[in-house]
Amino acid sequence: MTDPVIRVVGLGKSYETAAGLFPALKGVDLEIRPGEFIAIMGPSGSGKSTFMNLLGCLDTPSSGDYFLAGQNVAHMDKDALAILRNRTLGFVFQGFNLLPRMSLQDNVALPLVYSGVDKETRRAAAREMLDKVGLGKYADSLPNRISGGQQQRVAIARALVNKPQLILADEPTGNLDSHTSEEIMALFGELNREGITVVLVTHEPDIAAHAKRQVRFLDGHIVSDHLTEAVPE
Amino acid sequence: MMLRAMLGEAWLAMGANRLRSALTMLGMVIGVGAVVIMMAIGQGAQYAVQQTISTMGSNLFIVLSGSFTAAGVRSGSAGGPTLNVADAEAIAELDGVVNVAPTHQGRRQLVYGSQNWSANVIGTTPPYLEARAWTIASGAAFGDSDVRSATRVALIGKTTAQNLFGDENPVGKTMRIQQNPFIVIGVLGSKGQNLDGNDQDDTVIIPLTTAQRKVFGTPFLGSVRMIMVQADSAENMERVMDATTSLLRQRHRLREGVPDDFFMRNLSAAAESEAETTRTMSILLGAIASISLLVGGIGIMNIMLVSVTERTREIGIRMAIGARQRDILTQFLLEAIMISFAGCLLGLFLGLAIALGINAFTGMVIVISGTAALVAFAVAATVGIFFGWYPARKAARLDPIEALRYQ
Ligand SMILES: Nc1ncnc2c1ncn2[C@@H]1O[C@H](COP(=O)(O)OP(=O)(O)OP(=O)(O)O)[C@@H](O)[C@H]1O
Ligand SMILES: [Mg+2]
Repeated sequence: MTDPVIRVVGLGKSYETAAGLFPALKGVDLEIRPGEFIAIMGPSGSGKSTFMNLLGCLDTPSSGDYFLAGQNVAHMDKDALAILRNRTLGFVFQGFNLLPRMSLQDNVALPLVYSGVDKETRRAAAREMLDKVGLGKYADSLPNRISGGQQQRVAIARALVNKPQLILADEPTGNLDSHTSEEIMALFGELNREGITVVLVTHEPDIAAHAKRQVRFLDGHIVSDHLTEAVPE
Repeated sequence: MMLRAMLGEAWLAMGANRLRSALTMLGMVIGVGAVVIMMAIGQGAQYAVQQTISTMGSNLFIVLSGSFTAAGVRSGSAGGPTLNVADAEAIAELDGVVNVAPTHQGRRQLVYGSQNWSANVIGTTPPYLEARAWTIASGAAFGDSDVRSATRVALIGKTTAQNLFGDENPVGKTMRIQQNPFIVIGVLGSKGQNLDGNDQDDTVIIPLTTAQRKVFGTPFLGSVRMIMVQADSAENMERVMDATTSLLRQRHRLREGVPDDFFMRNLSAAAESEAETTRTMSILLGAIASISLLVGGIGIMNIMLVSVTERTREIGIRMAIGARQRDILTQFLLEAIMISFAGCLLGLFLGLAIALGINAFTGMVIVISGTAALVAFAVAATVGIFFGWYPARKAARLDPIEALRYQ
């Protein structure tokens, strides 16, 4: 078996609230192997986003260990985490999170700016990714000129531009209608077939059905973890 | 992150909020402009004073004949001459004295052909020219023999020459002072204004004896109203002045307790204090102007803080895709510096334009020095970094998750 791209051991996260420490994640163990396509499900407040933010190196755990591509991330400093976010993974948000003043091409190229790639290479790579998500002709448009589904495609292109090993997406179709959602999921499926590991959060069983494996959260714990074929519908 | 790309982004960010950037810049423009103008004026004033001092001659003091009591009637200052040529000769013997010149002066009407002009006529001896650092532009000076034999020769200043002789060469021409013909034997080198703002070139210098006999009509021959003394060094001034006082009291047989019948004035000290005043004024002007620069800097800080808050989400997004703290720091710092730099450049030009305008319209002396411009520039860059630092650091220290959540 190949080494896992992600391995979390006893991962916990507590938030400080006015009412004291609130444990949102209570000791989660999970392994994700290269090339997997995982849907994370669970009711609101079950800790899915908390978990994704930890996987995405956007937040640091209160307890446990997180190995990303073999390195323990749990104790890394902010700059090391930034480099991981930049090179190793791509994050896709529910709200797209494009920078409104920049052209789509510049948005897609932005991660490359932070990895110190020269202008010509940035331009070419961004163009390639936009073409890949089918939006090459809008390269010079601003984000507010295109639809939500198209914006999410641009966000995916941005996540892909640094050729990461895995893509993390927290409810990427949460703001989209069902038809557009299907298109986005088809894109994720295509990327996964190309060998990229995909982990996404969704509330919708239809969406989750695109994934090969489904992990269910409840109250800060993983309560089920199985392959999609086995889902009794 | 690469500097080129960051500069481009800073430019974009400035362009996104043009009015705000412009207003913030205006603070810097005014600050730097004020510094440039104030420095130009301050240094100009200093330069002007320095210039006058250097044309005045150095280490000078004058002895003026004072009041003397005659039959209970006190005449006013310089009422009746209490000094005489012999006093001057005695002072010349004192240690540390370089030049002594008994002097008589007053405004008199000059006539040449159909032209007439009123100028300051000074009757004196040759050491006067040396003490006051007068140069001869054309012709020659008069000598001791001219004083001895009271010849009617005159040296005239540039202003007098222009007004009386126009384009003609005055040397060798005969003009009249109080009906008496005088031959112009030389034209004096130009000095410009003195500290009181009077034109020093509106002057006629003639031998003392001639002045006393033909121009001023002194009642007692050999008496003078003023003696100009030049000491050999600034350090010796005090001592020479004291020695002059005791010498004159002794010569005038003034008993203990009787007040001096003469006055002394240290011209060089007056000039020095004038120079000191302008120096202080110049520093003060600069300091006041610097305050506006400070206010401009605070304006930048204020706007950058607003900008960081407004763009919290953007910062979160940038961090999420791999911006390190120092990338964010550099970005906001660059924006601050760019605004401050652009403001500084505009302020520099505006300041120069206004300073030149002041010079053109009022004739006030201004000095534009490269150092002043450089200083203003360095200060502006420092202001940008100093006041941009805190907001930029605030941005860089944001937590990516918190920033992303910000609405
Ligand atoms: N920054 C925070 N401070 C305090 N509590 C938090 C914070 N973020 C999340 N929580 C709490 O932690 C719990 C888990 O939140 P999380 O966002 O991970 O849920 P979720 O599974 O993503 O829910 P949803 O499906 O609604 O997105 C929730 O009860 C939430 O209120
Ligand atoms: Mg969530």
